[in-house]
Amino acid sequence: MKIQEADAKSLLLAQGLPVPPWEVARNPDEVKAAAQRFFASGASRVVVKAQVLVGGRGKAGGVKLASTPDEARDVGERILGMDIKGITVRKVLVGAAAEIVKEYYLGAIIDRASRRIVLMASAEGGVEIEEVARQNPSAIHRASADPELGLLAFQARSLGLAVGLRDPLLNQFVAIAQGLFATMTANDADLVEVNPLAIVAETAADGKPAQRLVCLDAKITLDDSGLARHAGLEALRDLDEEDPTDAQARKLGINFIHLDGTIGCMVNGAGLAMTTMDLVKHFGGEPANFLDVGGGARRETVCGAMELILADPKVKTILVNIFGGITRGDEVAAGLIEARAEQSREVPMVVRIVGTNAAEAARLLQEARFETATSLDEAAEKAVALAKGGAR
Amino acid sequence: MSILVGRDTRLVVQGITGREGEFHTRASIAYGTRVVAGTRPGKGGQMAIDGTVPIFDTVAEAVKQAGANTSVIYIPAAGAPDAILEAVDAGIATVICITEGIPALDMIPVVEAVRRAGAKLIGPNCPGVTSPGRAKVGIIPSSIHKPGRVGVVSRSGTLTYEAVQAMTDAGLGQSSCVGIGGDPIIGTTFLDVLKLFRDDPETDAIVMIGEIGGSAEEEAAAFAAEHLRGVPMAAFIAGRTAPPGRRMGHAGAIISGGSGTAAEKIAALEAAGVRVADSPTQLPRLLLEAGYRA
Repeated sequence: MKIQEADAKSLLLAQGLPVPPWEVARNPDEVKAAAQRFFASGASRVVVKAQVLVGGRGKAGGVKLASTPDEARDVGERILGMDIKGITVRKVLVGAAAEIVKEYYLGAIIDRASRRIVLMASAEGGVEIEEVARQNPSAIHRASADPELGLLAFQARSLGLAVGLRDPLLNQFVAIAQGLFATMTANDADLVEVNPLAIVAETAADGKPAQRLVCLDAKITLDDSGLARHAGLEALRDLDEEDPTDAQARKLGINFIHLDGTIGCMVNGAGLAMTTMDLVKHFGGEPANFLDVGGGARRETVCGAMELILADPKVKTILVNIFGGITRGDEVAAGLIEARAEQSREVPMVVRIVGTNAAEAARLLQEARFETATSLDEAAEKAVALAKGGAR
Repeated sequence: MSILVGRDTRLVVQGITGREGEFHTRASIAYGTRVVAGTRPGKGGQMAIDGTVPIFDTVAEAVKQAGANTSVIYIPAAGAPDAILEAVDAGIATVICITEGIPALDMIPVVEAVRRAGAKLIGPNCPGVTSPGRAKVGIIPSSIHKPGRVGVVSRSGTLTYEAVQAMTDAGLGQSSCVGIGGDPIIGTTFLDVLKLFRDDPETDAIVMIGEIGGSAEEEAAAFAAEHLRGVPMAAFIAGRTAPPGRRMGHAGAIISGGSGTAAEKIAALEAAGVRVADSPTQLPRLLLEAGYRA
């Protein structure tokens, strides 16, 4: 589950990381009020940042500076409601604009190949790390955390040295890197990224100029499998940015991803569901969704899944592909018959059910006059033909 | 011979009294697998599966008193990592974890402990391992198999059934079928299984079923290029049409930062001399084209 920058920053703060203060605003007046508070506490400029769960908001014009509260209000008005990669901006983060001396990248990921948490750091901060990885891979330095002991201080120090940091910033970096690791383990995150981690120029308490490292941005992805054991994390799910069908799919316990095509798919198993989409495309059609009904799906789940598919007005044909193992073919067939009796609109359907109780399923489907298919390829080909026929 | 499970397998089922545990244990026994014990803490001394399988409180007792050497885990996610560690601590050589939904960070110290103990962990979130005609551990349907000499390895469940069914329909039997699991952190990778197949005198050809996310297929391709040039191989990669940044059901199936795409994996496999199918139904034909004769 992806969470917004403001929420990610809260999780970093909870682990003691240096994050400058921010406020979240939902309308231009709130932006202005927040800006006023930052100006009152000494900021010379404020930054207004769109809160969306997609990358590239800076390039899209979703991050702007302002020098007065009124300018902040104008900027806020422009950003709120803006469309960034298909997502409407509903809230912005407001904070004092930092005086940046230099930007770094620091991130923690789960590395599948080494089966460890790996910290990555680069002196080329502020740009997408994937871009750095392509252009200049040697600029990315890595430290692999010990599976039991975690990220050790000397490992963090080596990373800091590798990106060119020296005292007193080096010690700050070590604390931040270990804090990033702690944020990951405390929340079952699979990604924690600070980009940029920046050296900022400030005025110290004694009035002299000073520099320190702070987290200016934060991106965190949480492991869905870990959500249940952390009170409060589920509340960070941004329902505004979800497809309305996502919540319904979660309730049914199925995996559903809405796509752009015309052929609705209902499949058991994630790998087979992807394969079914691929074959639809291979035979010249476009899948309308990815849908894995899971193992052991019963009638109610099948009916619910059918509703989800039909809720998409673009769907012209439905392809059902079930390879029964734990799932019983006759249960699915019964569910399909029930769903068709109740469904809101008539859509041609191709059904393929093999594996456990396939013979019984075939009998039920035949009696109910469903269009059936034996092989995977045949099912996909038939569905594509039906979808094209419907378009004429 | 076969790999991972076979005639020498003496299975202990961890979680034998649960709904899934009991159901699939019956199917394993019906297939001819030697199920020597089950565990359920607090029910030691009782019998499961119509009085045919003794229940022990611990895996250690199942090893000591029933001679178990392999375990299968049907325990919910919260208890599964502990179950793996218990099995390894008791000296079990091969642990097969079917459980889905274990947080990835829980698995990091667990795979490390398994590695240090010199044991093997298959999964988690996997359908299990079947060596046709010998033993079946896990949830793969018995009916799709035919004994033979093709090794099958896959990250997926039902997609594996699809591929195996296609092979059986074409008359190509299997030596062992291994589901390695769809999670980001798994105990046994494609690479590990390819090494086992290479060293198995009864495996003459290999089918590999991958999917988007991670780089395990690329690592397997590099190994195949170097060590399996003479072995007929065919592969299928699911997720050619998957949108980037979305998790496609399996926790590990995601294209992130432009890497982990099907196109990259297919290119790596083809460069290694592996034939890649457009549909799982083509796999038998590609194996024959690669020179395999059943």
